[in-house]
Amino acid sequence: MLLSNRMDDASPWYQITIEQNISCIKLTGSYTLAALDQQLQKVGAKLTHFATQSDLHWDLTSIQQMDHAGAILIWRAWKMHRPANLLIRPEHERLFAHLEKARPAPKPIHRDILWPILTLGRRYFLFWDHLTGIITLLGQVLLNLLYLVKHPNQIPLREISANLFRTGAQALSITALVGFLIGIVLSYLSSEQLHSYGADTFIINILGMSIVRELGPMLAAILVAGRSGSSMTAQLGVMRVTEELDALTVMGIPHSLRLVLPKIIGLGIAMPLVVLWTSAIALLGGILAADLQIGLNYKYALSNLPDAVPVANLWIGMGKGVVCGMAIALIACHFGLRIKPNTESLGEGTTNSVVTSITAVILIDAIFAVIFSNVGLKIRS
Amino acid sequence: MINNDPIIELQGLYTRFGSHVIHKNINLNIYQGEILSLVGSSGSGKTTLLRQMLSLEIPAQGSVKILGHSTYDCDLELLRSLRNRSGVLFQQGALFSALNVYDNIALPMRELHCLTEEMIRDLVMLKLDMVEVEAQHANKMPAELSGGMIKRVALARALALDPELLFLDEPTAGLDPPLSESFVKLIQTLRKELTLTIIMVTHDLDTLAALSTRVAVLADQRLVAVGELPDIIKIDHPFIKEFFLGERGRNVLRNVLALP
Repeated sequence: MLLSNRMDDASPWYQITIEQNISCIKLTGSYTLAALDQQLQKVGAKLTHFATQSDLHWDLTSIQQMDHAGAILIWRAWKMHRPANLLIRPEHERLFAHLEKARPAPKPIHRDILWPILTLGRRYFLFWDHLTGIITLLGQVLLNLLYLVKHPNQIPLREISANLFRTGAQALSITALVGFLIGIVLSYLSSEQLHSYGADTFIINILGMSIVRELGPMLAAILVAGRSGSSMTAQLGVMRVTEELDALTVMGIPHSLRLVLPKIIGLGIAMPLVVLWTSAIALLGGILAADLQIGLNYKYALSNLPDAVPVANLWIGMGKGVVCGMAIALIACHFGLRIKPNTESLGEGTTNSVVTSITAVILIDAIFAVIFSNVGLKIRS
Repeated sequence: MINNDPIIELQGLYTRFGSHVIHKNINLNIYQGEILSLVGSSGSGKTTLLRQMLSLEIPAQGSVKILGHSTYDCDLELLRSLRNRSGVLFQQGALFSALNVYDNIALPMRELHCLTEEMIRDLVMLKLDMVEVEAQHANKMPAELSGGMIKRVALARALALDPELLFLDEPTAGLDPPLSESFVKLIQTLRKELTLTIIMVTHDLDTLAALSTRVAVLADQRLVAVGELPDIIKIDHPFIKEFFLGERGRNVLRNVLALP
């Protein structure tokens, strides 16, 4: 009796012959991953079914090609041991010999029961690690500054000006756009409310105080933290991955002097200017919107602005800019220098850098609010 | 089933980067079961040619046919199945740094969606065994591995789907001599067990002499010679003279070809 189930030459299949009461299964075709493809489960189930008959003779000599996947399929059908009667070609024999001495897969490492506590503890130590790291870096930069005071010819002017351009000049368009829109939104929301009380002219106070003192510096700082902070971290991180940092070290050029210091000074100079620019554009947007919404003349608004907003607020806003800019650059460099040479660490470091610098910016804002609570606020009695 | 149709067919290939011409009219056929080594001075476009065979880059002109299909205008299904039939060992390993060794090798198998997790486990362990990586390293991340180990794991991943075609980009670069020797042995054993066609870019004369059945020499923007090593070294071309018959080349070839 001949039971043939061939589809075409290459597809993996089998024939069952019964001669003199000996039933024999003859595997034909290619037992390769490519040939098995979608029928893998089906062929595997069939073979497992036949493997339960212990007196079956297996003939593997007609297999055209067999790869590891095919061998494992048959091996698993046999339940990991050879059948008693087996005919096999030597090159396939080697495959099964490999499988016979195969080692078990190592167990995946399970999480410790105490992992919440461990994670918390690790976070705590990591936090202190970062804090001391940032303070150390700051100290190093200050030492570099002292060194530069003694050796003024080594001031990295080119790097500072490059950073000034990248973080300042190139950030003008995005900060202007966002500032303008926020100014419009703020003006629209508050002018309607004030209009209903007949207090139209107070829109100048609201816009002036909130934008010059708070929104302008904060918007600029958050945008710059996202824009320049992330690029600084990524730049240093890639330099770590490509061993450029190590190359600088062996040339005796300290990272803090040539890479970190110019970034901090550059952003420290650029940031207050960006703050000034953002505030101005936001005020412009606000006044324009007020003009359109409640018909407040823009000339009137501009001439009344100095009365409504004491000039101290402008200095506070720009002061925030200087501090935030330096903090953003410092944090970005700290995270950039800590990146390990792999892609995972690069992404993680950049994310951490941006999140931390935005948090730091808001923290600095809160500190300024507390320290300068009596400065520049004109409370009408 | 060895037939005589070329597995890879390059016809009239031109490559330009801007105004810089890399390849001029390259024609090359690669047949089943052979190990072809691509040699050439640095910057001669060996890796570019390899990347074109993998359809990672598209030449300015000419056609590349893999297993009889042009890879630039075939449908996605076919391209996917063609890609499953070839494995690549990149120069730096290109292991996924977010995955551990086990998952790196298991990834292409899982992407097939037809293997069970038990089969995948057996297959991964078999591949690791084949490249002589201890089972205990399976849970390590690529960042924790040494250079030689990365090459081995990357080879295991390239072989994950039992490909017919294997591309090796500088397989022994950065390995110490004993390691590169065992790498050569490994490739030789693999070739006995599996039907493999190998295309290899290499600078390493030892590897080249030990493994390749044919050598293709890239110089002056074209293929100046294709053939077996003993025939290649008889060709009178400045690059070939320099590369094979320099002080170092002679030493290597003396052992392999009994050269004077």
